[in-house]
Amino acid sequence: MRDRICIVGVAESDCGSVPDQSALQLHHQAAKAACEDAGLEKRAIDGLFSCGSDGMHPLQVAEYLGLRPTYIDGTQVGGSSWEFFVEHATAALQAGLCTVALLVYGSTARSDWQRRLRVAETPPARGPAQFEAPYGLTLVGKYALAARRHMHEYGTTHRQLAAVAVSANRWAQLNPRAFNYGKPLSIDEALKSRMIADPLHQSDCGLRTDGGGAVILATAERARDLRRKPIRVLGTGEAVSHVHLSQWHEMPSLVAAESGSRALEQAGLTVRDVDVLQIYDALTIMVLLTLEALGFCEPGESGPLAESGALAPGGRLPTNTDGGGLAANHPGMRGLFLLIEATRQLRGECGARQVPNARVALCNGTGGYLSSCGTVVLGE
Amino acid sequence: MNRPDVLTAHLPVIDAESEPFWAAARERKFLIRHCEACGRDHFYPRRYCPHCWSERCVWRPACGRGRIYSYTVIRHNEAPPFRDMVPYIVALVELDEGVRVIANLEECTPDVVHVGMAVEVIYQRITDEITLPQFRPRSPF
Repeated sequence: MRDRICIVGVAESDCGSVPDQSALQLHHQAAKAACEDAGLEKRAIDGLFSCGSDGMHPLQVAEYLGLRPTYIDGTQVGGSSWEFFVEHATAALQAGLCTVALLVYGSTARSDWQRRLRVAETPPARGPAQFEAPYGLTLVGKYALAARRHMHEYGTTHRQLAAVAVSANRWAQLNPRAFNYGKPLSIDEALKSRMIADPLHQSDCGLRTDGGGAVILATAERARDLRRKPIRVLGTGEAVSHVHLSQWHEMPSLVAAESGSRALEQAGLTVRDVDVLQIYDALTIMVLLTLEALGFCEPGESGPLAESGALAPGGRLPTNTDGGGLAANHPGMRGLFLLIEATRQLRGECGARQVPNARVALCNGTGGYLSSCGTVVLGE
Repeated sequence: MNRPDVLTAHLPVIDAESEPFWAAARERKFLIRHCEACGRDHFYPRRYCPHCWSERCVWRPACGRGRIYSYTVIRHNEAPPFRDMVPYIVALVELDEGVRVIANLEECTPDVVHVGMAVEVIYQRITDEITLPQFRPRSPF
């Protein structure tokens, strides 16, 4: 029998608008706070899992934090990398290649735009990208292609997409750390927001914030001596489909169907056992596609499901309970925050937004351009 | 859409693998790749077959007709040269051969475009080196 692996510490850095901190400083804040949460010393960390958009990112982070890990993983498959890391860290811990695994992230995406350190530019039209870059398909436009196809196949409506945004916003009103806390959103306001890439409005697009976070994993045996109730990794799965939209043969079906079924099978559970859901939501359409791929509803039923209020506070499928990327924070690769919120829900630490009797949580990260999915099932 | 000549950062950087495609585009032909080992087509073009890894791939002219699998009307793009072109339509076209292609839909307005629309390839000469395949609506008959 392989060792059970647990999440033993979680933390966020300062999030939102953090113009006075660098991305590496946010890594430091988050790592230190997660160690304090777990009751671990820095010197206990011997596994490092991190990615970012700079070169040799894990080396940058190890050096800045003064770490000399014996196991390093810098998998970069977009914002879902953190769910992939949980699978990789679980394997590394079970193999004895490290004993305490730190997943750590930090980004100043919002402040970088405000400082003009990041600007809109056309991606280089080299290699395979030379067949797409000339046509001005924006980031939002890529998701819009999937959304339009979904509308065509199933009759999904703008209002149903808006319901996803409003649901996230309602959760954010219960989370004082959410960027849109105190800024409620109605369906009508969402539908009136400007069109970015038809059929996606501004309200369908996630936030751009600064922020960082950290998650620490260890074996169940190690977890016994630590400060917090350990949250067990019950199952994991990962899958990829494409980078360029012309290569996504199954559009609009996400590969979460594969990663999710593997994760649930490993956990010995079904979707009916899941009490709380964290779904990567850089755009509203991602939530609908993910619900269908994971089997929480039949293909085409996710729009009506969202419109019914099932995802919102008090609904039967509490989803993105911190407010998600649509209303809480989105520094660019937010898959780590799914794990943090799920852990807090299972610990019962969530106050006004706590889902009663949450025993099983499912996190599904989606990265790239609906390209990669990592699923993690967590339980008490 | 009209392309300002001075702004060319988005234009393809032709390499050894892609050169035959762009050379054919200059001659107003749209080439896809066909694998003689497994019989399957692919696009964008690779030297080797992504389906079976065979080296026996050849160029084949596509018929240039297809249908819109999906599309978006880009209304916001800060990146040059596109910021001066909005709104414009980006279509994912499924060619009759079965492969899918990203391009702009020309000679069409956002209120008319729809999934399933029958389209045909046209060619937009940008520079001496680059002619971009694009699509426009065609009669369904």
